[in-house]
Amino acid sequence: MSGAVKFDQVSKQFGDLQALNNVSFEVEEGSFFGLLGPNGAGKSTLINAMSSLVRPTSGCISVMGHDVIRDYRQARRALGLVPQELISDPFFSIRELLRVQSGYFGLRGKAQWAWVDELLERLALTEKANAETQQLSGGMKRRVLIAMALVHKPQVLVLDEPTAGVDVDLRRTLWEFARELHTAGHTIILTTHYLEEAEALCDRVAIMQKGEVKALEKTQALLARHPYRYLRITLPEHNPKTINLTSELQLRLVEREASACLFRVEKSISMEVILGWLQENGLNIKDLSTRDASLEEVFLDLTEVKA
Amino acid sequence: MNWYGCWAFFVKEVRRFYSVVVQTIFAPVVSTLLFLLIFGQVIEARIDSFSGLTYSQFLIPGLVMMAILQNAFSNSSSSIIQSKMYGNLTFVLVSPISPLELYIAFIGAAVLRGLAVGLGVLVVGWLWFDLQWYSVSWVVLFAVLSAALMGGVGLIAGILSEKYDHLAAFQNFVIIPLTFLSGVFYSIHALPEFWQTLSHFNPFFYMVDGFRYGFYASSDVSVYLSLAVTLAFLLVVTVINLILLLKGVKIRH
Repeated sequence: MSGAVKFDQVSKQFGDLQALNNVSFEVEEGSFFGLLGPNGAGKSTLINAMSSLVRPTSGCISVMGHDVIRDYRQARRALGLVPQELISDPFFSIRELLRVQSGYFGLRGKAQWAWVDELLERLALTEKANAETQQLSGGMKRRVLIAMALVHKPQVLVLDEPTAGVDVDLRRTLWEFARELHTAGHTIILTTHYLEEAEALCDRVAIMQKGEVKALEKTQALLARHPYRYLRITLPEHNPKTINLTSELQLRLVEREASACLFRVEKSISMEVILGWLQENGLNIKDLSTRDASLEEVFLDLTEVKA
Repeated sequence: MNWYGCWAFFVKEVRRFYSVVVQTIFAPVVSTLLFLLIFGQVIEARIDSFSGLTYSQFLIPGLVMMAILQNAFSNSSSSIIQSKMYGNLTFVLVSPISPLELYIAFIGAAVLRGLAVGLGVLVVGWLWFDLQWYSVSWVVLFAVLSAALMGGVGLIAGILSEKYDHLAAFQNFVIIPLTFLSGVFYSIHALPEFWQTLSHFNPFFYMVDGFRYGFYASSDVSVYLSLAVTLAFLLVVTVINLILLLKGVKIRH
């Protein structure tokens, strides 16, 4: 697969703040790519640089082979941005906004208006097509932004925290819609604070911190590479708040719950050894389960522990 | 060139001010005509005539030009600052419209609104008073160039302003004083020498004077000097706007 988006040594300085520091990576064509990081990591700056809303201090960015500065018209035709901030326009209805946006890309006529109506239908906005943006809820405004980004059928769609502040139902609907777009051939770049979202949707992720890329891998490879597994024991007869554990377990205890304990254990330690520790403590175990780290745990490990 | 994109943005800008036509066209026409009522009717009898014209005849072209200048400025400045405040400027910035195409569309809409308000004032003035038409070409030329110039000034002010307060300050402390001191209400020959000299440094004076020449074939300075000054300022304003839009000053980061 070729690169849909290429970042080549991209840096951005805002006064004393180094928002991006020599960022280089590629997003493969057809991939569902997650861009993760804590607040202030540089995710939105990177996305805005890709969309020409931010000018990099140095470095190059190309979208579908088109430089976003030198060949900006082609780059912008290939890119659809769903911005993080909710945007409104008090002078136009939703349908008018979509038609106006089509015009900016030189698109008009029956086929384009049919596509606008299809977008309204697909995003459950048909009933509100003649309403103005101020009359819409936050979730509906979010869907309008997605429709705006899709009017010109871009090959690459950037979703900057699309599910921030939306309810669970709408979040699921947006996930489904994003999956449909990906299946239809769009390259999707997603930033999100919901790591379960990235884990469920993205085939590859980059984790950013302080303007630098800390990790860049296939999601499953990143999870598999994590050196810990999680062990949860349920105890019917003991109060987990009061039991005394030997040092091996105490050292690895992550969380005590009402009737359970959660341990983070190195993958290099065999299950036989772990069971031996449990026996040493004389615990009457009702249930025991293990699991690999979630993306959230990997994320926290990369961004908090090493911070 | 993305001409259709430019056209689409121009149409959007026109529809934006047309959707609030009472506020953007009718109200400025009425408020400008109040000047005509007050100055023209109340003061006329106490003021000597200008080159054989009644004061109202002299005043109307000035008021028309004042309406054109202020409304062309208001259109582009309010449009861009509203777009920044509501965030919808992003839609344009991520589209394949070039800085030049953006500028043309902004200025086109500002000219249209300025001319619409100016025409409203002119028609009413023409119905009430005996206007002379020496040269429609000079009238139209100065009307269009001046509206374009002020549309450009409004765009600069809107781009550089970070909030409505900044824009209001620019309008109240720069645009309105320069308009009122441009010879709209008087001939600069009626001023003391110092103020006459100072008036020659006010670019608005040349726009008003050249426009008035189109009606009465008389002006305070040569119409060609007025045209040259207006064109020179339009060129400067255009270059500044294109630099601001190309660099993305205050609109891209």
